[in-house]
Amino acid sequence: MLKTFSKGGVHPAANKLSADKAIEILPLPKTVTIPISQHIGAPAKLLVKKGDKVKVGQKIAESGGFVSANIHSSVSGTVSKIDKIFDASGYKKPCVIINVEGDEWEENIDKSKDLKKDISLSAEEILKKVSEAGIVGLGGATFPSHVKLSIPKGKKAEVLILNGVECEPYLTADHRLMLEKTDEILVGIKILMKALNVDKAFIGIENNKPDAINRFNKFVENYDGIQVVPLKMKYPQGGEKQLIKAVAKREVPSGALPIDVGAVVHNVGTAFAVYEAIQKNKPLFERVVTVTGKSVKNPLNLLVRVGTPTINLIEAAGGIPENTGKIVSGGPMMGKALVNTDVPITKGSSGVLLFEEKESKRQDVQNCIRCGKCVSVCPMGLEPYLLMNMVESKMWEELEKNNVLDCIECGSCMFTCPSQRPLLDYIRLGKSTVTKIKRSRKK
Amino acid sequence: MNKLITISQSPHVEGDFTVKKIMYSVLIALVPALAVSIYYFGFDAVRVILIAVAASVFFEYIIQKFLIKGKTTVTDGSAIITGVLLAFNVPSNLPIWMIILGALIAIGVGKMTFGGLGKNPFNPALVGRVFLLISFPVDMTTWPSNRFALAINPDAVTGATPLAILKEGVKNGEKVTDLLSQIPPYLDMFFGNVGGSLGEISAFALIIGLLYMLMKKVISWHIPLTMLGTIFVFSEILHFANPERFADPVFHLLTGGVMLGAIFMATDMVTSPMSKKGMIIFGVGIGVLTIIIRNFGAYPEGVSFAILIMNMFVPLINKYCKPKLFGEKV
Ligand code: SF4
Ligand code: SF4
Repeated sequence: MLKTFSKGGVHPAANKLSADKAIEILPLPKTVTIPISQHIGAPAKLLVKKGDKVKVGQKIAESGGFVSANIHSSVSGTVSKIDKIFDASGYKKPCVIINVEGDEWEENIDKSKDLKKDISLSAEEILKKVSEAGIVGLGGATFPSHVKLSIPKGKKAEVLILNGVECEPYLTADHRLMLEKTDEILVGIKILMKALNVDKAFIGIENNKPDAINRFNKFVENYDGIQVVPLKMKYPQGGEKQLIKAVAKREVPSGALPIDVGAVVHNVGTAFAVYEAIQKNKPLFERVVTVTGKSVKNPLNLLVRVGTPTINLIEAAGGIPENTGKIVSGGPMMGKALVNTDVPITKGSSGVLLFEEKESKRQDVQNCIRCGKCVSVCPMGLEPYLLMNMVESKMWEELEKNNVLDCIECGSCMFTCPSQRPLLDYIRLGKSTVTKIKRSRKK
Repeated sequence: MNKLITISQSPHVEGDFTVKKIMYSVLIALVPALAVSIYYFGFDAVRVILIAVAASVFFEYIIQKFLIKGKTTVTDGSAIITGVLLAFNVPSNLPIWMIILGALIAIGVGKMTFGGLGKNPFNPALVGRVFLLISFPVDMTTWPSNRFALAINPDAVTGATPLAILKEGVKNGEKVTDLLSQIPPYLDMFFGNVGGSLGEISAFALIIGLLYMLMKKVISWHIPLTMLGTIFVFSEILHFANPERFADPVFHLLTGGVMLGAIFMATDMVTSPMSKKGMIIFGVGIGVLTIIIRNFGAYPEGVSFAILIMNMFVPLINKYCKPKLFGEKV
């Protein structure tokens, strides 16, 4: 029996259209727009001003606190403007706009493709370098990686879990990376294991990627303590808590963190970024992005510099199809609809998804028929229909008691609801209001 | 591109599960029982079903359109289901006006007064049926014999149901063991060769419907199985204690509206609990009440009342049977 998480979950159509497309390098854009907040936490502090010359890999904004991350230039050229620009969140955020001139990298970055296996740095040095390189969770949550590697006093990491699930439909960026950078990812995992001082790591991969499972199974023989865990397909298996449950059979309690059960989870893409940062001195300024959609001429996987306008990626995939109705950054279950096609790619962009018009509009909302489907698919054991009713009647205290804050916004409830009720819209509102109330209570 | 694009929150995809699909799956599941009723009751069955469905859809439409002045949702199929289920719960010779009245009560009182599909606490078809049963007890409990019984014995215009035979007999102090010889063999009852309301006669046809709904994941096994299991166990206990007074479990499972109730009435999602735990309590409750009413109550049949009573407890059950929170200590 393949492992999976036990509670709830759904099976959206996989639509992995670009699974067999090798990663291609997207040509450099003319300008890049680099937001100084591409992560969860405090925005970074600007280090450059208009007119400055920058190189590829040069730090242009410095971490604004512990939970924050450095930002590096992804191109060489001249800073032409500092301005507020729409990013994938739908809000205008401060960005550094750079005119691209040539492709001159910082001297200390090792551009060679050779695999470097020996890890010379100590755990502390690794942590420092990960933080310096501005690495954040590349699965989409963009939580600064060095924070996850700094184990709080009194806690101990026992197991490292690598997220190679890619449970979002359509996306294949991690899948391709696992096939093409297998060794690099494994060295990255060894580095993470050293930083955390654990001797066990598990790579969770869903069984719709047998090629990746086989490849890792063959390659792990050369790396001690790493094991592949094939998982039964089910969304949202890539959710941190669900993955820990599936792989290590541990349940992170409500309100607690993975480290409370001795687990640390990192994305396989993050492991690759860590490899490049530690072994090649390369900060995080590019990533793999899937460009896909049912009508997209040539769905593909691209290695893209951070700050590249979304339209450049779409053009590489054959342009915007006539019947496009919605463009989403990320996957169909949790991604964000873009406000325009100039929105820059950031560290957290895993995909660009073009929906056809008929897929773009929501269906008419009907009465709740009390079928209980939303309850049975919720991976967190919540009652989405009830939470929505409570938000409608502004019962904030009741919402808190019914654990609205445990919602991971996976969208399974809304995906399943036969009456197409906007459950998650309401639950998000409930979450933010309850969070505000809780904060004001502390003051 | 100078085209407007849609901006909306995630998720951006929807499952293919819709209200319409659920309702039409239920309708398909009702087909075998429908066929059996037409087979045994002939044109009468067609008449009752058509009138009940037409009246239910009609009342739903005009109430939504002219009284509530809102969107009409007749196309979702739920009014058709109410109509079929109402027809299934009445004898095949019920006068037309009573059927229409039943439909009005089912849709008007049972469903629309509460705000339409999804908001009604009671199963609408049962509201209609119980209203008819209380208002017209004689018409509602005089079942005509089926076509084949009539062909053999033209005098047997009315065929008492096994439940009624038993209830009458027990009241007169007769032994259950003797009474059982007056009713058709269990195999006939299983396939539907027995008196009764239109849709309840054939356990076999109803079970095919159950399997279809389980396969289509429209319902889960929790309510029907716990309800039937409870009826079996509870009546077995009584029967074991006093076989002369209480009939055996197979009798109880095959007679009256047990199968129809367990498969199509109690499983109505709107009026049953949300969580699996709640569904089990609900099913057990209906089973217990059914046997109590049948054996100790005034009516020979208790399924409808049992379901309606448990419908009342659904909000309470939902309140106390929460799903287990992820990460909650056991
Ligand atoms: S309530 Fe939250 S966690 Fe539960 S299914 Fe809905 S979005 Fe997912
Ligand atoms: S899935 Fe939709 S219709 Fe079913 S109970 Fe939940 S909110 Fe109501």
